[in-house]
Amino acid sequence: MTGTEYQRHPTVAAETPALTERLRRLWETAPGFYGWLATVDHKKIGIRYIVTAFVFLITGGIEALVFRLQLTWSNLHLLTPEQYDQLFTMHGMTMIFLYAGPVLSGFSNYLWPLLLGSRDMALPRLNALSYWIYLFAGVVLYSGFVVGFGPDAGWFNYVPLAARAYNDGPNIDLYALGMILLGISTTVGAINFIVTFLRMRCPGMSVNRVPILVWGTLTASAANIFAIPAVSLAFLLLWMDRNLGTHFFDVGAGGSALLWQHLFWMFGHPWVYAIVLPAMGMVSDGLPVFCRRPLVGYSVVALATVATMVLGFGVWVHHMFATGLPGISLSFFSAASIVIALPSAVGVFAWLATIWTGRPVFTTPFLFFASFIILFTIGGVSGYMTGSVPVDWQLTDTYFVVAHLHYVLIGINVFPVVGAVYFWFPKFFGRMMNERLGRWNFWTMFLGFNLGFFPMHISGLLGMPRRIYTYNEGMGWDWVNLVTTAGSFLFAAGVLIFLYNVFVSLKRGAPAGNNPWDAPTLEWATSSPPPPYNFAVIPAVASRHPLWEDRLGEGERSVISSGPVLEQGREALGTTPLDAVANIILKMPGDTLVPLGLALAMTLLTIGLALVNWLVAALGVALVAAAIMIWLWPRAGLGETVEDP
Amino acid sequence: MSDLPQELPVGAMDTRASGWWAMIFTVFTEASLFAYLLFSYYYLAVQSHAPGTFPEGGPPPLLIAAVNTAILLTSSVAVGWAQLGIEHNKKWRLVAGLGAGAVLGVIFLAIQCFEWSGQSFGLSSTPYSSLYYVITGFHMAHVVVGVLMLLALTFWSGQGYFNSCRFAHIHIGALYWHFVDAVWLAVFFTFYITPLLGLKA
Amino acid sequence: MDIMKVRANLTAVLLGLSVITAGAAPLQYLSGASDKAAPVVALTWGVLLVSVVVIFLIGLLLVAAIWRRRPAAVESTALEKEEGGQNWLWIGASLSALALLVTVVWTVKVLADIQAPSDRPAVTIEVTGRQWWWQVRYIGDGSAQGFATANEIHVPVGRPVRLRLVGGDVIHSFWVPQLAGKMDAIPGQINETWIEAAAPGTYTGQCTEYCGVEHSRMQLRVVAQSPGDFRTWWAHQLAAPGFAADRKFIQHCSGCHTVRGTEANGTLGPDLSHLMQRRTLASGAFPNDAAILASWIADPQALKPGNRMPVVALSPDDRARIVAWLRTLT
Repeated sequence: MTGTEYQRHPTVAAETPALTERLRRLWETAPGFYGWLATVDHKKIGIRYIVTAFVFLITGGIEALVFRLQLTWSNLHLLTPEQYDQLFTMHGMTMIFLYAGPVLSGFSNYLWPLLLGSRDMALPRLNALSYWIYLFAGVVLYSGFVVGFGPDAGWFNYVPLAARAYNDGPNIDLYALGMILLGISTTVGAINFIVTFLRMRCPGMSVNRVPILVWGTLTASAANIFAIPAVSLAFLLLWMDRNLGTHFFDVGAGGSALLWQHLFWMFGHPWVYAIVLPAMGMVSDGLPVFCRRPLVGYSVVALATVATMVLGFGVWVHHMFATGLPGISLSFFSAASIVIALPSAVGVFAWLATIWTGRPVFTTPFLFFASFIILFTIGGVSGYMTGSVPVDWQLTDTYFVVAHLHYVLIGINVFPVVGAVYFWFPKFFGRMMNERLGRWNFWTMFLGFNLGFFPMHISGLLGMPRRIYTYNEGMGWDWVNLVTTAGSFLFAAGVLIFLYNVFVSLKRGAPAGNNPWDAPTLEWATSSPPPPYNFAVIPAVASRHPLWEDRLGEGERSVISSGPVLEQGREALGTTPLDAVANIILKMPGDTLVPLGLALAMTLLTIGLALVNWLVAALGVALVAAAIMIWLWPRAGLGETVEDP
Repeated sequence: MSDLPQELPVGAMDTRASGWWAMIFTVFTEASLFAYLLFSYYYLAVQSHAPGTFPEGGPPPLLIAAVNTAILLTSSVAVGWAQLGIEHNKKWRLVAGLGAGAVLGVIFLAIQCFEWSGQSFGLSSTPYSSLYYVITGFHMAHVVVGVLMLLALTFWSGQGYFNSCRFAHIHIGALYWHFVDAVWLAVFFTFYITPLLGLKA
Repeated sequence: MDIMKVRANLTAVLLGLSVITAGAAPLQYLSGASDKAAPVVALTWGVLLVSVVVIFLIGLLLVAAIWRRRPAAVESTALEKEEGGQNWLWIGASLSALALLVTVVWTVKVLADIQAPSDRPAVTIEVTGRQWWWQVRYIGDGSAQGFATANEIHVPVGRPVRLRLVGGDVIHSFWVPQLAGKMDAIPGQINETWIEAAAPGTYTGQCTEYCGVEHSRMQLRVVAQSPGDFRTWWAHQLAAPGFAADRKFIQHCSGCHTVRGTEANGTLGPDLSHLMQRRTLASGAFPNDAAILASWIADPQALKPGNRMPVVALSPDDRARIVAWLRTLT
């Protein structure tokens, strides 16, 4: 192909078999092992993210079940304290970093271009890179644990306990370096989402017409851009203290133990919103489908999403209420932590109003999305309680907080995610999941979850501290823990039923058409599964619910069956950030091994640092530089240079 | 039916290139990183320290760092001049400006290494020394990346890759370079000016 | 007059409740035994009540919303019109905002109320969190000399006590729920707080900041006594033991432990002066009886694996002698 022309009048036409065949050959991933390693197809990458995240979910779940057994009654000795400490640390780290964020990235990766009427994400190679780094970071993070050297200072890894003086061995170093590597994955993923949002929406999709999932992921991504450097830095400074003799956190030499807590929570608090807001968005988009009406208060919900995230940057100190901070600081952060409940409350009422004024359809996704509302509420009020400083001084570091965090994480992330799998499975795989198994799945998970975690509010109020491997009889905690352990196993059974349903449906699920749920958004206008190019012609939308317009009888109509064809290579349409007016034809990259190569080079650098081997690290740096240079070399095919060099 | 403009540009055009937007948010996240580094400096600065240990050996000498700041700012001017050059299709102005920027960047690094070698304290001496080497070190790493990038851009420009329509790489690289220079101002202020304003033990 | 009586009766009832419940769950805090705890207990019940009401209401609304109309069939393509529902948002937001505002105001008030005691503290105690026990030092004032002890703190009833919390190695957190909320002991800073017991009794506390392998077994006891009994206890703590130090004890144990009035003055482990006065061993992990003391000395790692006391090789005779002597430390 010769140099790309500078301007073109895009052909506008209807979809034809010749067009779809040409596009298919342009966009589909190469076959075989090469294609598997080199693909930049957002749909494949999305599925990989979701599958990998679920592998980590199950691993983290097994870790929890093991230490739950240890806690079933007083004075049990199934685990040594050291084993217990590694298990609970790995459980927290796995769930919060290796499951909760990536699974939502996976859904967003798959769905965003389809929701936005686009051919791909803005930066397809960056997309592949973010997945590979995530996978390798997960391996690094687990590498110590599998040989008995897992991190054991809790997932928030406070110093001095995590410092070399009190924690020798590679445990903490692998945690630190793995987290820095993972942070790169999350950051480049966040950049990809933001740029996609600003540049890749189809014509007519102004900002007030994008699905709430898009608002949720966008908000989380923007937050991550500003928050992740804090934790990456904290871990790097810790690694330096442990390996290079620096004194950031070294209290004896004038460093500060609380500096770690500030840096960690300045990231950590925004992060916990980042791992729920996209899931809330999935509910905001999915629930209305099963209420047969659009979401009540779209604008308010979108604003509440952004407001929650912005406020989320101003409350991190509430993880540090007992550290001896001055009263005025406590009052401010306490007030902010209580007030932040308001936008969330608005969301709850929007969902309730949607069900109330709608007409429920009792499918499995509906069960998960509707039950989420009460789980969200329970998690929300327990958070509200801990927001009040004097109350928090009793509640913090007890099982009350463990109850709170599981209600918000399982209630606001896991339940919507499972519902989202049921909802979008037909689109991903062209098959319906089994409804009967779905009911069993839902009720087992719902009852198991509440049986397991509701009693933790009680053991917390009865004073049971967190992170204890055992407790004496006579503390009043025996029965509560027994019920909790039983409930958690029931919950696990529910998860097993879910996995079984997934496997069975992949093989024998009823074939699904384009739009089995009669849903309104653009992804349901494509085939199930969608073709590699998503849309043969670029749609132009006129509302938030293009496929419902004729029945809702309002205003203009979206045009989906004809539009710009953009078939002179892999091409996508770029539009303006606010009003989505077309302003450029973008040349998109195809399969390439460079992202994988760069991820491997970064991992080599990480291994070099973990071994404190400067030669290996230097080699890693050199390979990283080489990979980046190859990646960024200007290419005529992408319209980056004057002519073919 | 939304109105489609008659003619659309194709490819990586100026600030409509996806890479441009990606660099903007890369700059935001890197700026945040430096913000947290400087937060760590200020947080540790207000803890109690033995007199004369924060900054260690008293406020660091201003002159050499001020000269280095001027060098870095000049390099930004050179790169900016190069950017304007390619927008008017002046290839050799582009090459000269980018090359000059790279050379000035190398001089900055050399002077900084000289400053490092003259310090009385090492990395593991005190919290201050840890902050000094890590923060200026982080900045130097960013300058190294920037210099490598400017060299690559100089080479590609010399090969004739870019013209007044196709120059997205130039603007993306230049954005990064200007950011590295702007961050230096914050680092310079923190290390060299605030002790003179009273923030010291 | 009536109000005072009601308040006094209420306090008595709550104290009684607390004694009962504390028996069942020593670390619970839904009732308290101090003037510092009282406003917090009220606030806790307040936010708990709000929470329960909210859960109940939302749950009711959810169920009603789902069941109020005949469900649509899965295959239905009819849509509801995009009307209505906005009122939910305004009413919901207003009610929520009201509850949140009241909570903020109440919170700030309670915070101000409990910042400092109304009286001058009767005594200042420095508590250092160590892996995995509590080092205690009573600060002497003009009238009495200070002294060290471990894991058990005595306080006079009805008088505030100032605590200075020191981080000895890693971060620990001092928590005696019946008396007050938590405060961390952080290396590099001194956190000051205060407690006050309203009634005599023994109050259980536990470390509540994960501090390593034996975080689970880092409890403490606070014993509240009448002012007279407290002064007697203090004076007794300063006294030397009745019997001369056992040679085997000095040989094997004095490197880490102190017993006031003998040559044993090690500071790596807890101060053992007047050990038999204490209700528990190994920082609240076990009751203080002869069998456990002997087992502990024989193999502390079996009872509290990972703790910093090594297994000291002793012949059964030597061990018996040491145990016997320790049991004279009343």
